[in-house]
Amino acid sequence: MSAIVVLIAVSLVVAVGFLAAFLWSVRDGQFEDDYTPSVRVLFDDTVADEEGEKR
Amino acid sequence: MTLIATLKPETKIDTHTCYHCGQPADREFIAFQDHIFCCKGCQTVYDILSSSNLGQYYCLNENPGVNRKESTPAEYFGFLDDTNVRSKMIVFSDAKRTRVVLQIPLIHCSSCIWLLEALYKLHPGIIKSQINFLKREATIDFDENKISLRELVELLSKIGYEPEFNFASLNKKAVSNPMKAYYMKLGVSFFCFGNIMLASFPEYLGLDATLEASNHRLFGFLNLGLALPVLLFSAQDFFVSAWNGLKQRFLNIDVPIVLGILVMFFRSLYEILSQTGAGYFDTMASLVFLMLVGRMFQNKSYNRISFEHDFRSYFPISAMINIDGNWRSMPVSEVKTGDRLLIRNMELIPADSILVRGDANIDYSFVTGEQTPVRHENGAMIFAGGRQMGSSLEVEVVKPVSQSYLTQLWNSDIFKTKTSRDTTALANHISHYYFTPVILLISFMAMGYWMIFDPTRALSAFTSVLIITCPCALALSSPFTLGNIVRILGKHGFYLKNANVVELINQTDALVFDKTGTLTKPDAAHVEFIGEPFTEHENVLVKSLSRHSVHPLSRRVFDSLPQAELIETEDYSEKSGAGISGKADGHDIILGSEKFAAGTLEHRTEKGESCVFLSIDGKMRGYFSIRTAYRDGFSKLLHGLKSRYDMYLLSGDNESEKVNLLHYFREGDKMHFKQSPAAKLQFISELNSKGLRPMMIGDGLNDAGALQEAAVGVAISENINHFSPACDAILDARKFEKLDKFLMLSRYGVKVMQGSFLISFCYNIVGMYFAVQGTMSPLFAAVIMPVSSVTVILFTTLASNLAARRIGLHD
Repeated sequence: MSAIVVLIAVSLVVAVGFLAAFLWSVRDGQFEDDYTPSVRVLFDDTVADEEGEKR
Repeated sequence: MTLIATLKPETKIDTHTCYHCGQPADREFIAFQDHIFCCKGCQTVYDILSSSNLGQYYCLNENPGVNRKESTPAEYFGFLDDTNVRSKMIVFSDAKRTRVVLQIPLIHCSSCIWLLEALYKLHPGIIKSQINFLKREATIDFDENKISLRELVELLSKIGYEPEFNFASLNKKAVSNPMKAYYMKLGVSFFCFGNIMLASFPEYLGLDATLEASNHRLFGFLNLGLALPVLLFSAQDFFVSAWNGLKQRFLNIDVPIVLGILVMFFRSLYEILSQTGAGYFDTMASLVFLMLVGRMFQNKSYNRISFEHDFRSYFPISAMINIDGNWRSMPVSEVKTGDRLLIRNMELIPADSILVRGDANIDYSFVTGEQTPVRHENGAMIFAGGRQMGSSLEVEVVKPVSQSYLTQLWNSDIFKTKTSRDTTALANHISHYYFTPVILLISFMAMGYWMIFDPTRALSAFTSVLIITCPCALALSSPFTLGNIVRILGKHGFYLKNANVVELINQTDALVFDKTGTLTKPDAAHVEFIGEPFTEHENVLVKSLSRHSVHPLSRRVFDSLPQAELIETEDYSEKSGAGISGKADGHDIILGSEKFAAGTLEHRTEKGESCVFLSIDGKMRGYFSIRTAYRDGFSKLLHGLKSRYDMYLLSGDNESEKVNLLHYFREGDKMHFKQSPAAKLQFISELNSKGLRPMMIGDGLNDAGALQEAAVGVAISENINHFSPACDAILDARKFEKLDKFLMLSRYGVKVMQGSFLISFCYNIVGMYFAVQGTMSPLFAAVIMPVSSVTVILFTTLASNLAARRIGLHD
């Protein structure tokens, strides 16, 4: 009996964790733009870029 | 070998194209650092970028730039210094950081993204910039102590990415994306649905008898806890929609859905509290989840295309006002009666005014539909909405912006009350007239029957019927079918505002076409010179003369002549209704009607043709034959459509094209010329009151009223990212000839939807058979409801794809 209660509690905590992550990503606007990031990731970082990052 | 030789001339030789914008740089090219540029503007941009170490811009794509031949003068952005405008533009601001979101329609490739996200290298005041490519939007964080908003915009304009400002963009409040709340509801319902299923497993597998009573209760309360967010949060929209329907005394599809959800919840609550059963929480959660998925299909819209542009989007937001002898750029809202305004070429007149100085050549096509510009003398009244063509004007404002004629016209009720089209949707129609009354009747009959024979089963039978008939599959049919149709149409260049438009298209029985810009190409005409071919010198003479006129025919002649080095002309004069004349390089040139140019009337003008005669030094040289260029495939399209629809033509132009179009519109009285925007609107209203459901197909702001008033308004657009007037659908101009296929696919779509309604009814009847007996188990409900939904989804998707293939619109 206690084993199943613990397991359910653990599984719910994990699931709630994923739900929270999802809700967070929605609020953060990750689903607003599903095209630009796919282009952005292909840009090369130049040396000048890194300097800019440090600034 | 010969093949290669013939292919070679076609390959682009890049010494003749501008390194920045890719346009041909024939005559006045500029060579700079081993590259060729078509104009000073492009070269400047290259210079700025290469000196800031941003040369990679040119490596990502070939000729990524935007042509800079016509750049906006810097003082144009003066209105951004105004604190009022600034506060409306800025999203958020603190001591170190100010955020602004700018619309930049010129974003078109990955180079643009790269450059605009590297803005911080161009100016130390820019902290960060992020591009949303689909929305053509830049979110820029900057430090206002180092760079002002105006300077930022000027910098963008200088590198070729001029943000777009208009009245509407200034007055819009930053609205959070409605999809955000929607995704959250979807996520929560999915989470709850999954976990309720998990906790219901013992019961599905028949293990519940072996479970201890305490575990049994634990699972019950767990399910109850998980069902609450579904009921209170995820299902919100259904409650709101059902309530709105009830308020209008209309039983839309959400009414039986909400009824089913509520009955399921309370019956389950009772079963769990009384320990008499496991409840229907699993069915409820899966139902809400599936229907939210359906909503997603229905609401999925093209966020890069706006369907909501009203007339204010066309309005300028700033004006050059004379304050104490200096011209200053101010927001239009600051314009007061008595102000002196400077109106430049191609600018709209923001308020009714009196002309003080300048050659007024006003194009009133926004107001009256007539394309030929009107000349005004000093002291004449100029109305708001006119567009100046030619040199700058000075005008004095006599009426405030809000009271002008144009604003009054567009403030008519049509633009305010968007008629609720809920009741026309087929699913809602079925729900109101058949479905909801029938299921209520059956559930009460079942209850009545068991009251007499076995009262213990009465409540169970009553609730079971409401649960099993909860029209999940029915409610999913339309979003999935129509959503799929919208997707297929969008792929082929016909963008619908939402899924309901498919049904509206299916109901249309009359097509109303605008002529200019809709049936015809906006900027093209067949111009042919009949007579001895020009020498190069004559070409220069005629082109130089025709440059001065803004009459549409002169523009056509000018555009048709090959590029040339233009020369000065003297004694230029324009006689309205006749033509233009002038002296160039010692030659007398006359361009105009036959009577004006040659003094005779011998030529017989063919139908659908306009002629511009040319005489040089009193000698007749020949004439330009100008024919309107219709869109490709227009003849076939109209022939195909006229057998199925009532066809009308509304044109702002004169009747010169009437003969050409006559046999497409059958009778002359179906064609109306010289229609003002108000008259077009009136005409559509008359069709509506005759009981017809017209579809209006137009392009410009002068069609905006008619597009709104029509059952379906279709705006035709050369570039879908540029804005079109408010409408229900946007048609890519290049896909114009496929319009009949698009209409046909919409019709098939509605048929498919009707078929899927039948399937879901069958499931309902089977379920009802068990429900009325009061013997339905929760497991049965948990299986049949998702299965019916999935069947319907599969059927609609496959059938609508098949229909598209048959019509010839391949995926």
